[in-house]
Amino acid sequence: MSFTTPDMAPATPELFLLAAACAVLVADVYVPQRLRMLTYHLAQFSLVIAAGLCLALLPETPQVTFNGTFVADAMGALLKVFILLATYFAFFYSKIYLRDRGLFKGEYFVLGLFAVLGMMVLVSAGSLLTVYLGLELLSLSLYAMVAMNRTSITASEAAMKYFVLGALASGVLLYGMSMIYGATGTLDLAAIRGHVAGLDGRNMVLILGLVFVIVGIAFKLGAVPFHMWVPDVYEGAPTSVTLFIGSAPKIAAFGMLMRLLVDGLPGLHGDWTGMLIILSVLSMGVGNIIAIAQTNLKRMLAYSTIAHVGFLFLGIIAGSEAGYSASMFYIIVYAFMSMGGFAMIVVLGGAESEADRIVDFKGLNDRNPWYAFLMLILMLSMAGVPPFLGFWAKWSVLREVVASGMTWLAVVAVIFSIIGLFYYLRVIRMMYFEKVEQPAPLSVGADMRIMVSANALAILALGVYPSGLLALCVSALAG
Amino acid sequence: MMIDILFYFFATVLVASGLCVITVRNPVHAALFLVLAFFSMACIWLLLEEEFLAIVLVLVYVGAVMVLFLFVVMMLDINIARLRAGFIRYVWVGVGVAFFIVVQLFFVFSAKQSGLVDAVPPARHGADYSNTEALGRILYTDYVYPFEIAAAVLLVAIVAAIALTMRRRPDTKHQRPSEQVAVRREDRIRIVSMPAEKKQ
Repeated sequence: MSFTTPDMAPATPELFLLAAACAVLVADVYVPQRLRMLTYHLAQFSLVIAAGLCLALLPETPQVTFNGTFVADAMGALLKVFILLATYFAFFYSKIYLRDRGLFKGEYFVLGLFAVLGMMVLVSAGSLLTVYLGLELLSLSLYAMVAMNRTSITASEAAMKYFVLGALASGVLLYGMSMIYGATGTLDLAAIRGHVAGLDGRNMVLILGLVFVIVGIAFKLGAVPFHMWVPDVYEGAPTSVTLFIGSAPKIAAFGMLMRLLVDGLPGLHGDWTGMLIILSVLSMGVGNIIAIAQTNLKRMLAYSTIAHVGFLFLGIIAGSEAGYSASMFYIIVYAFMSMGGFAMIVVLGGAESEADRIVDFKGLNDRNPWYAFLMLILMLSMAGVPPFLGFWAKWSVLREVVASGMTWLAVVAVIFSIIGLFYYLRVIRMMYFEKVEQPAPLSVGADMRIMVSANALAILALGVYPSGLLALCVSALAG
Repeated sequence: MMIDILFYFFATVLVASGLCVITVRNPVHAALFLVLAFFSMACIWLLLEEEFLAIVLVLVYVGAVMVLFLFVVMMLDINIARLRAGFIRYVWVGVGVAFFIVVQLFFVFSAKQSGLVDAVPPARHGADYSNTEALGRILYTDYVYPFEIAAAVLLVAIVAAIALTMRRRPDTKHQRPSEQVAVRREDRIRIVSMPAEKKQ
């Protein structure tokens, strides 16, 4: 038999990260306990190198290798760079959080690196098989990271819920994929696309498979009515893990959505648009309205995630290249906003306590005006108030929805985001207008101060000049 | 014809044992029914000329995984009564939902547009065809990338299992063999010279 070695060059970042994760795993075993921080530095170093490799190997034209199971294109490369950047921030915040609570373990960062590898596999998947395997690699690592703090009962409960529902969602997704395979006879996304294009009439099995695939994706993204796990997991997981789950994996989930629906099943555009509209409206409604009733900031941000996922779908519903790039812009912006929000909980928390209730932010302006200002930026940006970055994200998806002729959907989205404004403003009111008896100053290290400030100020700065990032997203999808 | 009869026989056993897995009271019986389900599935795979997968299913799942599972079930003292609390309350919801899904799937699959009604079954291979060889040809060539990712998934499972279960308890008592070996007589016994006693 003849066998040609596949071209491995396009997958260099993935290959490097796999080798680096294994190396960090082995190094962690031999590092003495007092130098444990070395594991963290090695993990961060590998992320930086992997991001450098992604940028260096930025493909001009889409490259397919490993017999069609791996696709390297501009969208994948851009998503990967932002996944790596988000993980860099998340690892940094995790280090502070875990160190202060005596939970610092090398395995945390090893599992994190494998999760990143899963995300990278996911966003450059060329076949249903790699989509599924990348998703499992990501999910398994996340389940373990949630359960890492074994003494916490809430964390164990959250991990259990996450695992059971995540496994169910994977099963549903796999069932849908098996039906698509049955209807088309191939796992390759490009071949599925060709097969669907050549189909005359409707194929019921294919559409049934699509339903299950969409349910699986909605589960993973946390869209209503498949959102029940999101608040419990966000609240129960250690804040360091919550901020990780809420950032980079969301970008990867967007990549999965694009690969499966836009790359693989564009022929069924009419069918999946209808399903996404239902998910989108429900997510924006339930997310924004139930968030008002929350007293726990992590739960509130979880419901806000659900609402943001509804917005993310809008650009994809628009169904144009500009719509997809608006959604991509949205998810990248969202990942960094939500990470900043959770990082503020890490900032306020002490060595034992979690500052995850909204009342913990009472009088923050008296305690430390700078952090109150950063939180103000993050909350207003999430609410979509101009001139912050979140406004441009919302504006760009809404513009595309209107351009595609669904003005009513844009109106619904605007109404729900005005309702959503209420709960973000409540946090701001807590910080600025509520007084505490004895304002205790915050004790935060200089490194944390720099990173949180960079995170929030980037949102402010990009809000003033959003065109660069937006143009980047447009060019990534123009290929 | 013979193959059809065999298929329906094994499929019936498979569904029945699958139902038993989740309905029998005794967890050991449930695990044994799962073995039966795996075995019937392996037989169905054999009918589809997938010898390799059938044998792997029996060897790995029936032979190794389920035996381990049985050990765990026997060692854990599972309080079934507590697990079953609320079972009756939810069972009707579950049965109702399952019934509707089955009816809907039936309509989809039996529809003319499903493409399944007049689907052509795949051609049967001759006796000299080796399914194992066919899998071996593509597993490390066409599917090498998914194969390696699957390896990474297994590695994550190992790391996660160890990270979640291994803990060092500071209060456990354990031996230090090196010190035991290096021990000298002087460390353990003390020779006390005493004056001899006179016989009474």
